[in-house]
Amino acid sequence: MNVRLVDIAHARSGDKGDTANVGLIAVEAVWYPVLERYVTRERVASHFRGIITGPVERYELPNLNALNFLLHGALDGGGTLSLKTDAQGKVFSTAMLRMVIEVPDDEAKALKLPGSKKWPTYQRSPKE
Amino acid sequence: MSSSNQAGKIVRVAAGQGFWGDWLEAPRRQADGGQIDYLMLDYLAEVTMSILQKQKERDPKMGYARDFIGAVESIWPAIAERGVRVVANAGGVNPPACADAVRQSAERAGVSKSVRIGVVTGDDLLPRLDELIASGHPLANMETGEPLSTVRDRVLSANAYIGSTPIVEALSKKANIVITGRSTDTALTMAPLRFEFGWGAEDWDRLAAGIIAGHIIECGAQCSGGNCLYDWQNIPDLANVGYPIVEGAADGTFVIAKHPNTGGRISIRSVTEQLVYEMGDPHSYITPDVIADFTTIHLEDAGGGTDRVRVFGIKGRPPTDKLKVSIAYRAGFKAVGTLVYSWPDALAKAQLADRVLRERLDNLGLRFAKVLTEFVGASATHGPLAGEPGDPPEVQLRFGVRGEDKATVERFTREIAPLVLNGPPSVTGFAGGRPKVEEIVAYWPALVDKSVVQTRVEVLG
Repeated sequence: MNVRLVDIAHARSGDKGDTANVGLIAVEAVWYPVLERYVTRERVASHFRGIITGPVERYELPNLNALNFLLHGALDGGGTLSLKTDAQGKVFSTAMLRMVIEVPDDEAKALKLPGSKKWPTYQRSPKE
Repeated sequence: MSSSNQAGKIVRVAAGQGFWGDWLEAPRRQADGGQIDYLMLDYLAEVTMSILQKQKERDPKMGYARDFIGAVESIWPAIAERGVRVVANAGGVNPPACADAVRQSAERAGVSKSVRIGVVTGDDLLPRLDELIASGHPLANMETGEPLSTVRDRVLSANAYIGSTPIVEALSKKANIVITGRSTDTALTMAPLRFEFGWGAEDWDRLAAGIIAGHIIECGAQCSGGNCLYDWQNIPDLANVGYPIVEGAADGTFVIAKHPNTGGRISIRSVTEQLVYEMGDPHSYITPDVIADFTTIHLEDAGGGTDRVRVFGIKGRPPTDKLKVSIAYRAGFKAVGTLVYSWPDALAKAQLADRVLRERLDNLGLRFAKVLTEFVGASATHGPLAGEPGDPPEVQLRFGVRGEDKATVERFTREIAPLVLNGPPSVTGFAGGRPKVEEIVAYWPALVDKSVVQTRVEVLG
Protein backbone atom coordinates (compact mmCIF):
# COMPACT_ATOMS: atom_id res chain seq x y z
CA MET A 1 0.00 0.00 0.00
CA ASN A 2 1.23 3.50 -0.79
CA VAL A 3 1.44 5.74 2.25
CA ARG A 4 2.32 9.39 2.10
CA LEU A 5 4.38 10.64 5.04
CA VAL A 6 2.15 13.68 5.54
CA ASP A 7 -0.60 11.26 6.62
CA ILE A 8 1.45 9.45 9.29
CA ALA A 9 4.08 11.93 10.44
CA HIS A 10 4.73 15.55 11.27
CA ALA A 11 8.03 17.36 10.98
CA ARG A 12 10.09 20.45 11.74
CA SER A 13 13.24 21.58 9.98
CA GLY A 14 15.99 24.11 10.57
CA ASP A 15 19.54 24.97 9.57
CA LYS A 16 23.14 24.72 10.66
CA GLY A 17 25.31 26.44 8.10
CA ASP A 18 24.70 24.87 4.69
CA THR A 19 22.98 21.83 6.24
CA ALA A 20 19.23 21.51 6.74
CA ASN A 21 17.97 19.18 9.43
CA VAL A 22 14.58 17.53 9.22
CA GLY A 23 13.07 15.96 12.32
CA LEU A 24 10.40 13.48 11.23
CA ILE A 25 7.96 12.45 13.97
CA ALA A 26 5.42 9.61 13.86
CA VAL A 27 1.91 10.85 14.63
CA GLU A 28 1.17 7.60 16.51
CA ALA A 29 3.88 5.83 18.50
CA VAL A 30 3.03 2.48 16.85
CA TRP A 31 3.83 3.99 13.46
CA TYR A 32 7.42 4.88 14.39
CA PRO A 33 8.82 1.49 13.27
CA VAL A 34 7.34 2.14 9.82
CA LEU A 35 9.37 5.33 9.56
CA GLU A 36 12.47 3.56 10.83
CA ARG A 37 12.08 0.70 8.34
CA TYR A 38 11.06 2.53 5.17
CA VAL A 39 12.34 6.09 5.43
CA THR A 40 15.95 5.07 5.00
CA ARG A 41 18.93 7.31 4.42
CA GLU A 42 19.07 6.09 0.81
CA ARG A 43 15.36 6.74 0.26
CA VAL A 44 15.69 10.29 1.58
CA ALA A 45 18.82 10.94 -0.51
CA SER A 46 16.90 9.88 -3.60
CA HIS A 47 13.87 12.00 -2.60
CA PHE A 48 16.04 15.13 -2.40
CA ARG A 49 18.19 14.31 -5.46
CA GLY A 50 18.80 17.49 -7.46
CA ILE A 51 17.69 19.64 -4.51
CA ILE A 52 20.65 19.07 -2.21
CA THR A 53 24.30 18.74 -3.27
CA GLY A 54 25.72 16.77 -0.34
CA PRO A 55 25.13 13.49 1.49
CA VAL A 56 22.32 12.58 3.90
CA GLU A 57 22.78 11.37 7.48
CA ARG A 58 20.07 9.68 9.57
CA TYR A 59 19.77 9.38 13.36
CA GLU A 60 17.11 7.43 15.26
CA LEU A 61 15.28 8.72 18.33
CA PRO A 62 12.86 5.93 19.26
CA ASN A 63 12.31 7.68 22.61
CA LEU A 64 10.64 10.54 20.73
CA ASN A 65 9.19 8.40 17.89
CA ALA A 66 11.37 10.49 15.62
CA LEU A 67 14.11 10.33 13.01
CA ASN A 68 16.54 13.16 12.42
CA PHE A 69 17.96 13.72 8.96
CA LEU A 70 20.86 15.98 8.09
CA LEU A 71 20.73 17.14 4.48
CA HIS A 72 24.12 18.53 3.57
CA GLY A 73 24.55 21.15 0.85
CA ALA A 74 20.88 22.07 1.05
CA LEU A 75 20.92 25.84 1.47
CA ASP A 76 23.06 27.48 -1.24
CA GLY A 77 25.80 28.18 1.30
CA GLY A 78 23.35 28.82 4.13
CA GLY A 79 22.61 31.76 6.38
CA THR A 80 23.27 35.15 4.84
CA LEU A 81 25.15 33.79 1.79
CA SER A 82 22.09 31.97 0.48
CA LEU A 83 19.94 33.47 -2.28
CA LYS A 84 17.12 31.00 -1.62
CA THR A 85 13.66 31.92 -0.34
CA ASP A 86 14.09 29.14 2.21
CA ALA A 87 17.64 30.10 3.19
CA GLN A 88 17.18 28.63 6.67
CA GLY A 89 15.63 25.36 5.59
CA LYS A 90 12.37 26.02 7.39
CA VAL A 91 10.17 24.11 4.96
CA PHE A 92 12.35 21.14 4.07
CA SER A 93 10.05 19.59 6.70
CA THR A 94 7.03 19.66 4.44
CA ALA A 95 9.10 18.72 1.37
CA MET A 96 10.01 15.55 3.28
CA LEU A 97 6.33 14.87 4.04
CA ARG A 98 5.62 14.65 0.30
CA MET A 99 7.45 11.31 0.23
CA VAL A 100 5.38 8.22 -0.59
CA ILE A 101 6.54 4.91 0.87
CA GLU A 102 5.34 1.45 -0.01
CA VAL A 103 4.26 -0.60 3.00
CA PRO A 104 3.18 -4.25 2.61
CA ASP A 105 -0.62 -4.48 2.81
CA ASP A 106 -0.64 -6.78 5.88
CA GLU A 107 1.61 -4.50 7.85
CA ALA A 108 -0.30 -1.38 6.82
CA LYS A 109 -3.59 -3.01 7.77
CA ALA A 110 -2.33 -4.23 11.15
CA LEU A 111 -1.10 -0.75 12.01
CA LYS A 112 -4.22 0.94 10.60
CA LEU A 113 -2.04 3.17 8.43
CA PRO A 114 -4.06 5.73 6.51
CA GLY A 115 -3.26 4.72 2.97
CA SER A 116 -4.53 6.90 0.22
CA LYS A 117 -5.04 6.47 -3.48
CA LYS A 118 -5.05 10.23 -3.92
CA TRP A 119 -1.28 10.26 -3.44
CA PRO A 120 0.41 8.67 -6.44
CA THR A 121 4.01 7.63 -6.07
CA TYR A 122 6.09 10.58 -7.19
CA GLN A 123 7.77 9.95 -10.52
CA ARG A 124 10.57 12.16 -11.67
CA SER A 125 10.56 13.18 -15.28
CA PRO A 126 13.60 11.82 -17.18
CA LYS A 127 15.08 15.28 -17.69
CA GLU A 128 15.49 15.97 -13.95
CA MET B 1 22.89 22.34 49.86
CA SER B 2 21.20 19.29 51.35
CA SER B 3 18.58 17.50 49.36
CA SER B 4 16.00 17.84 52.12
CA ASN B 5 15.52 21.58 51.77
CA GLN B 6 15.24 21.16 48.00
CA ALA B 7 12.57 18.47 48.10
CA GLY B 8 9.37 19.75 46.59
CA LYS B 9 10.98 23.02 45.52
CA ILE B 10 9.97 24.13 42.04
CA VAL B 11 11.84 26.85 40.11
CA ARG B 12 9.98 28.51 37.25
CA VAL B 13 12.05 29.83 34.35
CA ALA B 14 9.95 31.61 31.72
CA ALA B 15 10.98 32.31 28.13
CA GLY B 16 10.25 35.86 26.99
CA GLN B 17 12.14 36.22 23.68
CA GLY B 18 13.26 33.57 21.19
CA PHE B 19 15.32 35.89 19.00
CA TRP B 20 15.94 39.60 18.47
CA GLY B 21 12.73 40.69 16.80
CA ASP B 22 10.42 38.37 18.72
CA TRP B 23 7.05 39.52 20.12
CA LEU B 24 7.50 42.70 22.19
CA GLU B 25 4.48 41.75 24.32
CA ALA B 26 5.92 38.46 25.50
CA PRO B 27 8.19 39.56 28.41
CA ARG B 28 5.40 41.52 30.11
CA ARG B 29 2.88 38.74 29.58
CA GLN B 30 5.29 36.25 31.15
CA ALA B 31 6.05 38.52 34.12
CA ASP B 32 2.43 39.42 34.81
CA GLY B 33 0.46 36.36 33.69
CA GLY B 34 1.23 34.14 36.68
CA GLN B 35 3.99 33.07 39.01
CA ILE B 36 7.55 32.92 37.66
CA ASP B 37 10.96 33.11 39.31
CA TYR B 38 13.17 33.88 36.31
CA LEU B 39 12.61 35.47 32.93
CA MET B 40 14.99 34.22 30.23
CA LEU B 41 15.47 36.38 27.13
CA ASP B 42 17.44 35.06 24.16
CA TYR B 43 18.39 37.72 21.61
CA LEU B 44 21.34 36.33 19.68
CA ALA B 45 21.35 34.43 16.41
CA GLU B 46 24.43 33.50 14.41
CA VAL B 47 24.78 36.78 12.51
CA THR B 48 23.32 39.09 15.16
CA MET B 49 26.75 39.68 16.67
CA SER B 50 28.12 41.15 13.45
CA ILE B 51 25.17 43.57 13.13
CA LEU B 52 25.82 44.68 16.70
CA GLN B 53 29.55 45.02 16.03
CA LYS B 54 28.82 47.38 13.11
CA GLN B 55 26.57 49.46 15.40
CA LYS B 56 29.29 49.62 18.03
CA GLU B 57 31.83 50.83 15.45
CA ARG B 58 29.51 53.74 14.65
CA ASP B 59 28.74 54.49 18.32
CA PRO B 60 30.77 52.98 21.18
CA LYS B 61 27.69 53.13 23.42
CA MET B 62 25.80 50.72 21.13
CA GLY B 63 26.31 47.10 20.19
CA TYR B 64 23.64 45.43 22.34
CA ALA B 65 20.01 44.39 21.78
CA ARG B 66 18.07 47.63 22.26
CA ASP B 67 14.78 45.74 22.57
CA PHE B 68 15.99 44.53 25.96
CA ILE B 69 15.65 48.01 27.45
CA GLY B 70 11.99 48.13 26.41
CA ALA B 71 11.51 44.65 27.83
CA VAL B 72 12.83 45.52 31.31
CA GLU B 73 10.92 48.81 31.23
CA SER B 74 7.72 46.84 30.73
CA ILE B 75 8.38 44.66 33.80
CA TRP B 76 10.07 46.85 36.43
CA PRO B 77 7.39 46.11 39.08
CA ALA B 78 7.93 42.37 38.64
CA ILE B 79 11.70 42.77 39.02
CA ALA B 80 11.78 45.39 41.78
CA GLU B 81 8.76 44.34 43.88
CA ARG B 82 8.06 40.69 43.17
CA GLY B 83 11.63 39.45 42.89
CA VAL B 84 11.55 38.11 39.34
CA ARG B 85 15.14 37.78 38.13
CA VAL B 86 16.12 38.29 34.51
CA VAL B 87 18.82 36.47 32.54
CA ALA B 88 19.51 37.69 29.00
CA ASN B 89 22.24 37.54 26.37
CA ALA B 90 21.15 41.04 25.35
CA GLY B 91 24.66 42.41 25.90
CA GLY B 92 25.72 41.42 22.40
CA VAL B 93 29.21 42.82 21.77
CA ASN B 94 28.86 45.46 24.49
CA PRO B 95 27.41 44.11 27.78
CA PRO B 96 28.69 47.07 29.87
CA ALA B 97 26.85 49.57 27.63
CA CYS B 98 23.72 47.45 27.90
CA ALA B 99 24.07 47.48 31.70
CA ASP B 100 24.42 51.29 31.64
CA ALA B 101 21.22 51.62 29.65
CA VAL B 102 19.39 49.30 32.06
CA ARG B 103 20.75 51.29 34.99
CA GLN B 104 19.42 54.52 33.47
CA SER B 105 16.04 52.93 32.87
CA ALA B 106 15.93 51.80 36.52
CA GLU B 107 16.71 55.33 37.65
CA ARG B 108 13.95 56.75 35.46
CA ALA B 109 11.54 54.20 36.93
CA GLY B 110 12.69 55.02 40.47
CA VAL B 111 13.67 51.43 41.23
CA SER B 112 17.47 51.59 41.08
CA LYS B 113 17.82 50.81 44.81
CA SER B 114 16.35 47.35 44.26
CA VAL B 115 18.28 46.51 41.10
CA ARG B 116 21.63 44.72 40.98
CA ILE B 117 22.98 44.18 37.50
CA GLY B 118 25.39 41.35 36.77
CA VAL B 119 27.57 41.76 33.69
CA VAL B 120 29.35 38.81 32.09
CA THR B 121 32.21 39.57 29.70
CA GLY B 122 35.18 37.75 28.21
CA ASP B 123 33.48 36.10 25.23
CA ASP B 124 34.66 38.80 22.79
CA LEU B 125 37.77 37.50 21.00
CA LEU B 126 37.95 40.19 18.31
CA PRO B 127 40.66 42.28 20.04
CA ARG B 128 42.70 39.09 20.58
CA LEU B 129 42.40 37.46 17.14
CA ASP B 130 45.93 38.16 15.89
CA GLU B 131 47.44 37.10 19.20
CA LEU B 132 45.39 33.86 19.10
CA ILE B 133 46.34 33.06 15.51
CA ALA B 134 50.01 33.84 16.21
CA SER B 135 50.03 31.57 19.25
CA GLY B 136 48.82 28.54 17.33
CA HIS B 137 45.03 28.78 17.35
CA PRO B 138 44.06 28.56 13.66
CA LEU B 139 40.30 29.01 14.31
CA ALA B 140 39.71 26.78 11.30
CA ASN B 141 36.25 26.77 9.78
CA MET B 142 34.40 23.75 11.21
CA GLU B 143 32.71 23.08 7.87
CA THR B 144 35.55 23.65 5.38
CA GLY B 145 38.69 23.27 7.50
CA GLU B 146 40.17 26.52 6.14
CA PRO B 147 42.22 28.54 8.66
CA LEU B 148 40.81 31.92 9.67
CA SER B 149 43.89 33.65 8.26
CA THR B 150 42.34 33.33 4.78
CA VAL B 151 39.63 35.87 5.71
CA ARG B 152 41.31 37.58 8.67
CA ASP B 153 41.20 41.09 7.15
CA ARG B 154 37.43 40.77 6.58
CA VAL B 155 36.44 39.65 10.10
CA LEU B 156 33.79 41.80 11.79
CA SER B 157 33.21 39.97 15.06
CA ALA B 158 34.46 36.89 16.92
CA ASN B 159 32.82 35.61 20.08
CA ALA B 160 33.24 32.40 22.05
CA TYR B 161 30.03 30.70 23.14
CA ILE B 162 30.22 30.64 26.92
CA GLY B 163 28.35 28.45 29.38
CA SER B 164 26.43 28.67 32.63
CA THR B 165 29.25 29.19 35.16
CA PRO B 166 29.59 33.00 34.99
CA ILE B 167 25.80 33.41 35.08
CA VAL B 168 25.61 31.22 38.20
CA GLU B 169 28.35 33.37 39.74
CA ALA B 170 26.41 36.57 39.00
CA LEU B 171 23.25 35.09 40.53
CA SER B 172 25.15 33.98 43.63
CA LYS B 173 26.36 37.57 43.99
CA LYS B 174 22.70 38.55 44.16
CA ALA B 175 22.33 40.08 40.72
CA ASN B 176 18.67 40.28 39.77
CA ILE B 177 19.42 41.15 36.16
CA VAL B 178 22.21 39.21 34.46
CA ILE B 179 23.44 40.49 31.10
CA THR B 180 25.79 38.41 28.99
CA GLY B 181 27.32 38.59 25.54
CA ARG B 182 27.55 35.41 23.49
CA SER B 183 26.25 32.96 26.09
CA THR B 184 24.77 29.83 24.63
CA ASP B 185 21.00 30.14 24.37
CA THR B 186 20.55 27.07 26.56
CA ALA B 187 22.81 28.32 29.39
CA LEU B 188 20.35 31.17 30.03
CA THR B 189 17.82 28.60 31.26
CA MET B 190 20.18 26.05 32.77
CA ALA B 191 22.11 28.56 34.91
CA PRO B 192 19.16 29.61 37.12
CA LEU B 193 18.24 25.94 37.70
CA ARG B 194 21.86 25.05 38.49
CA PHE B 195 22.12 28.00 40.87
CA GLU B 196 18.82 27.35 42.67
CA PHE B 197 19.41 23.63 43.14
CA GLY B 198 23.15 23.82 43.73
CA TRP B 199 23.99 21.37 40.96
CA GLY B 200 27.72 20.68 40.79
CA ALA B 201 29.89 21.40 37.79
CA GLU B 202 30.13 17.64 37.17
CA ASP B 203 26.51 16.74 37.81
CA TRP B 204 26.26 15.70 34.18
CA ASP B 205 22.71 14.34 34.09
CA ARG B 206 21.14 17.34 35.80
CA LEU B 207 23.20 19.84 33.81
CA ALA B 208 22.11 18.05 30.62
CA ALA B 209 18.49 18.23 31.78
CA GLY B 210 18.85 21.98 32.29
CA ILE B 211 20.34 22.33 28.80
CA ILE B 212 17.46 20.40 27.24
CA ALA B 213 14.97 22.51 29.19
CA GLY B 214 16.75 25.49 27.65
CA HIS B 215 16.61 24.00 24.15
CA ILE B 216 12.85 23.48 24.48
CA ILE B 217 12.08 27.08 25.48
CA GLU B 218 14.88 29.01 23.73
CA CYS B 219 12.73 29.63 20.65
CA GLY B 220 9.85 31.01 22.68
CA ALA B 221 6.42 29.95 21.48
CA GLN B 222 7.88 27.44 19.02
CA CYS B 223 7.23 24.73 21.65
CA SER B 224 3.84 26.01 22.79
CA GLY B 225 1.84 26.02 19.58
CA GLY B 226 3.73 28.49 17.38
CA ASN B 227 4.96 27.09 14.06
CA CYS B 228 3.47 23.74 15.13
CA LEU B 229 2.55 21.60 12.13
CA TYR B 230 0.69 18.83 13.95
CA ASP B 231 -3.04 19.67 14.08
CA TRP B 232 -2.28 23.33 13.37
CA GLN B 233 -5.87 24.03 12.33
CA ASN B 234 -7.09 23.33 15.87
CA ILE B 235 -4.45 25.01 18.02
CA PRO B 236 -6.49 27.48 20.07
CA ASP B 237 -6.10 31.24 20.26
CA LEU B 238 -2.67 31.82 18.67
CA ALA B 239 -3.35 35.58 18.91
CA ASN B 240 -2.99 35.18 22.66
CA VAL B 241 -0.28 32.47 22.55
CA GLY B 242 1.33 31.59 25.88
CA TYR B 243 5.12 31.48 25.91
CA PRO B 244 6.66 28.46 27.66
CA ILE B 245 7.75 28.10 31.26
CA VAL B 246 10.10 25.44 32.67
CA GLU B 247 9.02 24.23 36.11
CA GLY B 248 12.27 22.65 37.28
CA ALA B 249 12.83 20.26 40.19
CA ALA B 250 16.04 19.46 42.08
CA ASP B 251 16.35 15.99 40.51
CA GLY B 252 16.59 17.45 37.00
CA THR B 253 13.08 16.55 35.93
CA PHE B 254 10.90 19.39 34.74
CA VAL B 255 7.51 20.27 33.32
CA ILE B 256 6.96 22.52 30.29
CA ALA B 257 3.92 24.69 30.99
CA LYS B 258 2.41 28.09 30.20
CA HIS B 259 0.32 30.60 32.07
CA PRO B 260 -3.42 29.99 32.48
CA ASN B 261 -5.78 31.79 30.12
CA THR B 262 -3.27 31.95 27.29
CA GLY B 263 -3.55 30.47 23.82
CA GLY B 264 -1.45 27.96 21.96
CA ARG B 265 -0.89 24.37 23.02
CA ILE B 266 1.74 22.42 24.91
CA SER B 267 1.61 18.73 24.10
CA ILE B 268 4.05 15.88 23.59
CA ARG B 269 3.81 16.62 19.86
CA SER B 270 4.44 20.37 20.14
CA VAL B 271 7.41 19.79 22.44
CA THR B 272 8.80 17.05 20.18
CA GLU B 273 8.69 19.38 17.16
CA GLN B 274 10.86 21.86 19.09
CA LEU B 275 13.22 19.16 20.37
CA VAL B 276 14.16 18.12 16.83
CA TYR B 277 14.55 21.73 15.65
CA GLU B 278 18.11 22.49 14.48
CA MET B 279 19.24 19.11 15.79
CA GLY B 280 22.52 17.54 14.71
CA ASP B 281 23.71 14.22 16.14
CA PRO B 282 21.14 13.66 18.92
CA HIS B 283 23.59 11.60 21.00
CA SER B 284 25.91 14.57 21.33
CA TYR B 285 24.38 17.99 21.85
CA ILE B 286 27.63 19.74 22.76
CA THR B 287 27.64 22.74 25.08
CA PRO B 288 30.43 24.34 27.14
CA ASP B 289 28.96 22.78 30.31
CA VAL B 290 27.98 19.26 29.28
CA ILE B 291 27.17 16.99 26.35
CA ALA B 292 23.45 16.20 26.44
CA ASP B 293 22.03 13.01 24.94
CA PHE B 294 18.68 13.65 23.22
CA THR B 295 18.08 9.92 22.84
CA THR B 296 17.52 9.70 26.60
CA ILE B 297 14.70 12.25 26.77
CA HIS B 298 11.32 10.96 27.90
CA LEU B 299 8.10 12.95 27.61
CA GLU B 300 4.74 12.35 29.24
CA ASP B 301 1.49 14.21 29.43
CA ALA B 302 1.54 15.75 32.91
CA GLY B 303 -2.06 16.75 33.21
CA GLY B 304 -4.55 15.08 30.92
CA GLY B 305 -4.24 17.49 28.03
CA THR B 306 -3.89 20.59 30.19
CA ASP B 307 -0.87 22.02 28.41
CA ARG B 308 1.70 20.42 30.69
CA VAL B 309 4.40 18.02 29.52
CA ARG B 310 6.77 16.31 31.94
CA VAL B 311 10.36 15.69 30.81
CA PHE B 312 12.60 13.14 32.53
CA GLY B 313 15.31 10.48 32.15
CA ILE B 314 17.93 12.79 30.60
CA LYS B 315 21.58 11.73 30.59
CA GLY B 316 24.66 13.85 30.09
CA ARG B 317 28.42 13.39 29.95
CA PRO B 318 31.53 15.59 30.28
CA PRO B 319 32.05 18.31 27.68
CA THR B 320 35.05 18.70 25.39
CA ASP B 321 37.99 21.00 26.13
CA LYS B 322 36.95 23.37 23.31
CA LEU B 323 34.53 26.24 22.96
CA LYS B 324 32.72 27.05 19.76
CA VAL B 325 33.49 30.47 18.34
CA SER B 326 31.06 32.49 16.27
CA ILE B 327 32.98 34.59 13.73
CA ALA B 328 31.39 36.94 11.20
CA TYR B 329 33.20 38.20 8.12
CA ARG B 330 32.43 40.28 5.03
CA ALA B 331 31.75 37.96 2.10
CA GLY B 332 30.76 40.10 -0.87
CA PHE B 333 27.40 41.46 -1.98
CA LYS B 334 24.00 40.20 -3.05
CA ALA B 335 20.71 41.49 -4.43
CA VAL B 336 17.38 39.83 -5.10
CA GLY B 337 14.80 41.20 -7.56
CA THR B 338 11.20 40.06 -7.92
CA LEU B 339 8.42 40.49 -10.49
CA VAL B 340 4.95 38.93 -10.51
CA TYR B 341 3.45 37.40 -13.69
CA SER B 342 -0.25 36.64 -13.95
CA TRP B 343 -2.53 34.07 -15.55
CA PRO B 344 -2.73 32.79 -18.21
CA ASP B 345 0.57 30.88 -18.46
CA ALA B 346 2.07 32.77 -15.51
CA LEU B 347 4.90 30.28 -15.06
CA ALA B 348 5.85 30.30 -18.76
CA LYS B 349 5.97 34.11 -18.75
CA ALA B 350 8.18 34.14 -15.66
CA GLN B 351 10.44 31.51 -17.23
CA LEU B 352 10.79 33.61 -20.38
CA ALA B 353 11.64 36.68 -18.28
CA ASP B 354 14.32 34.61 -16.53
CA ARG B 355 15.91 33.63 -19.87
CA VAL B 356 15.78 37.21 -21.16
CA LEU B 357 17.36 38.55 -17.98
CA ARG B 358 20.16 35.97 -18.04
CA GLU B 359 20.94 36.79 -21.67
CA ARG B 360 21.09 40.52 -20.91
CA LEU B 361 23.42 40.01 -17.92
CA ASP B 362 25.58 37.84 -20.15
CA ASN B 363 25.63 40.44 -22.91
CA LEU B 364 26.69 43.06 -20.38
CA GLY B 365 29.59 40.85 -19.39
CA LEU B 366 28.47 40.73 -15.75
CA ARG B 367 29.94 37.77 -13.87
CA PHE B 368 28.63 36.54 -10.52
CA ALA B 369 29.70 33.88 -8.03
CA LYS B 370 26.10 32.68 -8.05
CA VAL B 371 22.86 33.39 -9.91
CA LEU B 372 19.68 31.76 -8.59
CA THR B 373 16.22 31.87 -10.11
CA GLU B 374 13.13 30.74 -8.21
CA PHE B 375 9.49 30.66 -9.29
CA VAL B 376 7.45 31.47 -6.19
CA GLY B 377 4.06 29.83 -6.43
CA ALA B 378 5.40 26.99 -8.54
CA SER B 379 8.57 25.47 -7.16
CA ALA B 380 10.56 27.92 -4.99
CA THR B 381 10.61 25.96 -1.76
CA HIS B 382 10.05 22.34 -2.82
CA GLY B 383 11.73 22.33 -6.23
CA PRO B 384 10.79 19.42 -8.48
CA LEU B 385 9.03 17.67 -5.56
CA ALA B 386 6.18 20.14 -6.01
CA GLY B 387 5.22 18.54 -9.31
CA GLU B 388 3.38 20.41 -12.07
CA PRO B 389 1.77 23.62 -10.78
CA GLY B 390 -1.10 23.61 -13.31
CA ASP B 391 -2.01 27.15 -14.37
CA PRO B 392 -1.83 29.20 -11.17
CA PRO B 393 -3.26 32.74 -10.91
CA GLU B 394 0.22 34.22 -10.54
CA VAL B 395 3.87 33.26 -10.23
CA GLN B 396 6.61 35.43 -8.76
CA LEU B 397 9.96 35.46 -10.54
CA ARG B 398 12.60 35.77 -7.83
CA PHE B 399 16.07 36.39 -9.25
CA GLY B 400 19.12 36.63 -6.98
CA VAL B 401 22.81 37.25 -7.62
CA ARG B 402 25.86 37.38 -5.40
CA GLY B 403 29.47 38.29 -6.05
CA GLU B 404 32.57 39.95 -4.69
CA ASP B 405 32.22 43.16 -6.69
CA LYS B 406 29.65 45.66 -5.46
CA ALA B 407 29.44 47.59 -8.77
CA THR B 408 28.58 44.41 -10.67
CA VAL B 409 25.76 43.61 -8.26
CA GLU B 410 24.59 47.25 -8.49
CA ARG B 411 24.47 47.01 -12.27
CA PHE B 412 22.27 43.92 -12.02
CA THR B 413 19.69 45.83 -9.96
CA ARG B 414 19.09 48.16 -12.95
CA GLU B 415 17.99 45.25 -15.15
CA ILE B 416 14.78 44.30 -13.27
CA ALA B 417 12.49 47.31 -13.84
CA PRO B 418 13.05 47.52 -17.63
CA LEU B 419 11.52 44.05 -17.98
CA VAL B 420 8.15 45.54 -17.07
CA LEU B 421 8.00 47.32 -20.43
CA ASN B 422 10.46 45.37 -22.57
CA GLY B 423 9.88 41.78 -21.42
CA PRO B 424 7.02 39.25 -21.31
CA PRO B 425 3.46 40.52 -20.60
CA SER B 426 1.05 40.51 -17.64
CA VAL B 427 3.69 41.66 -15.16
CA THR B 428 3.14 43.57 -11.94
CA GLY B 429 4.33 43.70 -8.35
CA PHE B 430 7.41 45.88 -8.85
CA ALA B 431 6.28 48.61 -6.46
CA GLY B 432 9.28 48.06 -4.21
CA GLY B 433 11.47 49.63 -6.88
CA ARG B 434 15.05 48.68 -7.61
CA PRO B 435 16.43 45.75 -5.57
CA LYS B 436 18.66 46.75 -2.68
CA VAL B 437 22.33 45.71 -2.69
CA GLU B 438 23.22 44.07 0.61
CA GLU B 439 26.66 43.39 1.97
CA ILE B 440 26.91 39.73 2.93
CA VAL B 441 28.14 39.09 6.44
CA ALA B 442 28.84 35.39 6.56
CA TYR B 443 29.24 33.02 9.47
CA TRP B 444 32.50 31.23 10.24
CA PRO B 445 32.09 28.59 12.97
CA ALA B 446 35.35 27.57 14.68
CA LEU B 447 36.66 25.95 17.85
CA VAL B 448 39.13 27.31 20.37
CA ASP B 449 40.75 25.81 23.48
CA LYS B 450 38.64 26.54 26.56
CA SER B 451 41.75 27.59 28.44
CA VAL B 452 42.22 30.76 26.37
CA VAL B 453 38.79 32.20 27.21
CA GLN B 454 38.52 33.86 30.62
CA THR B 455 35.08 35.13 31.54
CA ARG B 456 34.61 37.94 34.06
CA VAL B 457 31.61 38.73 36.23
CA GLU B 458 30.87 42.13 37.69
CA VAL B 459 27.81 42.91 39.79
CA LEU B 460 26.84 46.57 39.99
CA GLY B 461 24.45 48.24 42.40
